[in-house]
Amino acid sequence: MSKIKLTSIAIKVNGVVREAQVEPRTTLVDFLRDTLFLTGTHIGCEHGVCGACSVLVDGDPVRSCCMFAVQADGLSVTTVEGLAPERGKLSAIQDAFCEKHAMQCGYCTPGMLIACHALVERNPHPDEAAIREAISGNLCRCTGYQQIVDAVKHATGAKSGAHD
Amino acid sequence: MTEPRKFRYIGRHRRAVEHRRFVVGKGRYAADIQLQGLLHVAIVASPHAHAKIISIDTAAALAMPGVHAVLTGEELNVNTEAMLPGVDAPQVKRYPLAHGVARYSGEWVVAIVAESRALAEDAAELVEVEYEPLPHIVDPEQALQADAPLVHAANGSNVIFQRVFNWGEVDAHFAAAPHKLSYRARWARSSTVPIETFAVSAWSNDATGILDVWASIQMPKFPDQLARALRMPGNAVRVHFDVDVGGSYGVKRGLKHAVLVGYLARKTGRPVRFIEDRLENMRGGDMQGPDRIFDVTLAFDGRGIIRSMRMRAVDDVGAYAGRSPLQLGKPVGAIIGPYRIASVQYEAISVMTNKTPQEAVRGFGQAPTNYAIETGIDKVARYLNMDRIELRLRNLIGKDEFPYLIPSGTTYDSGDYATVLGKALDAAPLAEIEKERDALRARGQLAGIGISTCLEPSGGNSAFEPLFNPKNQTTTWMDSCLIRIDLNESITALMGTSTSGQAHETLVSTVVGEVLDREPDSIRVLHADSLNALPSNSPVGSRMAIMLGGAAAGAAKKLRAKLMRIAAHNLGLPESELVYQDGNIAAKTEPAKRLTWGQLVEIAHRKIHQMPKGDEPGLQEKFVLEVPTGGKLPTADGRVQMYPCHSFETHLVLASLDPQTCKVTVHRYVCGHDCGVMISPDVVHGMTYGGIAHGLGAALMEKFAFSDDGQLLSGTFMDYLLPSSMEVPSISIVDHCTPSPLTEFGQKGSGEAGYLGGPAAIASAINDALAPVGASIDALPMTPYALWHALARAEKNSS
Repeated sequence: MSKIKLTSIAIKVNGVVREAQVEPRTTLVDFLRDTLFLTGTHIGCEHGVCGACSVLVDGDPVRSCCMFAVQADGLSVTTVEGLAPERGKLSAIQDAFCEKHAMQCGYCTPGMLIACHALVERNPHPDEAAIREAISGNLCRCTGYQQIVDAVKHATGAKSGAHD
Repeated sequence: MTEPRKFRYIGRHRRAVEHRRFVVGKGRYAADIQLQGLLHVAIVASPHAHAKIISIDTAAALAMPGVHAVLTGEELNVNTEAMLPGVDAPQVKRYPLAHGVARYSGEWVVAIVAESRALAEDAAELVEVEYEPLPHIVDPEQALQADAPLVHAANGSNVIFQRVFNWGEVDAHFAAAPHKLSYRARWARSSTVPIETFAVSAWSNDATGILDVWASIQMPKFPDQLARALRMPGNAVRVHFDVDVGGSYGVKRGLKHAVLVGYLARKTGRPVRFIEDRLENMRGGDMQGPDRIFDVTLAFDGRGIIRSMRMRAVDDVGAYAGRSPLQLGKPVGAIIGPYRIASVQYEAISVMTNKTPQEAVRGFGQAPTNYAIETGIDKVARYLNMDRIELRLRNLIGKDEFPYLIPSGTTYDSGDYATVLGKALDAAPLAEIEKERDALRARGQLAGIGISTCLEPSGGNSAFEPLFNPKNQTTTWMDSCLIRIDLNESITALMGTSTSGQAHETLVSTVVGEVLDREPDSIRVLHADSLNALPSNSPVGSRMAIMLGGAAAGAAKKLRAKLMRIAAHNLGLPESELVYQDGNIAAKTEPAKRLTWGQLVEIAHRKIHQMPKGDEPGLQEKFVLEVPTGGKLPTADGRVQMYPCHSFETHLVLASLDPQTCKVTVHRYVCGHDCGVMISPDVVHGMTYGGIAHGLGAALMEKFAFSDDGQLLSGTFMDYLLPSSMEVPSISIVDHCTPSPLTEFGQKGSGEAGYLGGPAAIASAINDALAPVGASIDALPMTPYALWHALARAEKNSS
């Protein structure tokens, strides 16, 4: 097998431009995890269904398992590590996830947070239907989604469901 | 104990300790462990359901730059011990890699180790395996036939376990009963399917002789079994329990994964990692769930009082077995559900087929059995033209009948089933749900209301081991906790297992805080590794609130007692005249006469001259808790105390299906739940919501489907469908608390809540919806296609 040619890329990740040489076949999620050691972004299915690998690319939620790192060249990527306003603080959504017990094993959580941040960016006061729609591409096996919905309602000032 | 005790920290809302790291992407999962010089594994899997392996050519793969090793079963199997089944079937040998024969499509045949996963996959494509297909068997009932192809020829049969139990006067009760009703219920092969696949890394240090292992496990006695399989001393395998596990709900056993990676790490002298991709997880991860055919007959009178039950359960465990046959054993401890059924005949049959092996799934076999029982309860009601709720109320064990001994030898600890059912009906409220159902019917939908009343045995003992394997005399299934108070006055607790979402750090800190009267958030909880851990049997069997919570309380109480002795000694007063508050200890009648927490800690750490005689210096205590009610072997006729505590749940569901598309919509979902005292209510509710969602998947969507050729047809999330936020409805949980008399705080287990009664209730709703058109269905999952067939059958029958 001949040696695979590397390609130079520069991606702005969580506000910092990261330059690297990657194989063209390297997925964005593998680049984030294995090259930048940003292991907060998780891998669940590698075929674009579960949403665990979601990141924001130029502000939009994207499955980083279905995108090559070279495709993100020149773009801006936000991972879960970049959601907090500053070190030691939490975003309103992150804080609400803690308050409402919106996770158990935490594995889908980064992808869920990305989906919820993208939602609130577009729609600061979503109703339950909008929240469920926004997270419908992110699978969770622990929570039954209820406390995630509650958390987004809590963060956006809407009335929460049971067990407030 | 009748009324729940009052607590300072237990039962209150508080943020889980674990969440803070998860929301900022600082969880530490097995795939996140960074090791220098890490090598990666790719797998070559069998494409055949059953085939002889004629030859394996690994030369081209080995020659590829970056490839470090190519391993086949020929080498691995002579250098490791077989992983044996939980039942007595020594000829059913299982190794990580097939050797000679591959017994299911997806079974691992060759492992390649390379500098990167991509390179390893490139090399895997260069491996050439020559197979000779053998006759295969995928249908469990055909596998029971005498002429069926044998999955393991050396076993002489595809049956790996079979036993008929008779508990009580079954024949007499059947003879005396005016009515009998027989039915078949089918629980399909689904599983928990965590979003994190299985991951394991291992590194062998030649100098120390220690093999370090980081794995996404939830498995009792994993380090011991791994060391045994690798032929290593127990103290040479160090499993790190401080990895976060990305969901498990029973299945993350991964022994074969760890044996393979451990062997490769020792072989190459480099750290080695294997992470399943999704297809490997679904097809070759050996983590599919129970796959059962129940044939049941109920004997009852005209008032609907059920006297006796005959149940035959055939469970398809797939091509190999670990603990899977034991999943027919655990339901023995709740074989009559919450009902006063006086006698039971139970035939349990585990049969092997050429399919992916079965692993432990949430409830360890109880959810399918609950579904089978509940299907019958609804059928009896329909047969007698009686209300399903009224029929249940006539049969539910009354709250004054506890402790209640069931025919199979288990005593239920406590419960108030009718009250919980009533609370759920009131909360719904039922009349409103009936109105909604009628409105849906008026709009042309097939709408129905479902009900279930089920038990969740909890406290995870392992009494099914000796019950199903006389050579196994396990009678304890302990768990433990070690607590230290350091010189700087902080408390640290150490637990001996990993966590897969159950918030054990929050559980332990809450319990220790409660006992020591200290703020839980100031208490650090760590996960030990297997070489410095006290014995644990991992978070299986809805056991950790009871077992880890109990052990943590036990150790904390020892520390509190020691602090009291120190105070009594230094204040010159008997302990009976002292009062403990916030960790400070003062004279009851003279509050100024006191020692603060800090002073007590300093005495213990620095001032042996002020210590009471006989007490060790320092503040550290351990507690190893035996399962309440444990310690006994089964009787000759197979009666045994299975689990100690019994939580109760009732589900009320309004569902409809569109008669054109057969798409099911769940409109309302109410769950009445009683798991005794809840230590962390948010955690309990979360697990219950999740269990209901999982149950909805098992009832309506999820199935590992196999072709007649034994090929898995649902190996991706495009065809194995998991419920999303659009399918799972908003759920109302109604709590009730009947404390257990057997546990420290009155707590029971809840890790399997929701899943144990959800599928039965959804199936009940579907059948209520189908009944007006004369259709019914007693097989899961009730997919649109299956429902369409049920409707078509009914239409054909009526014409």
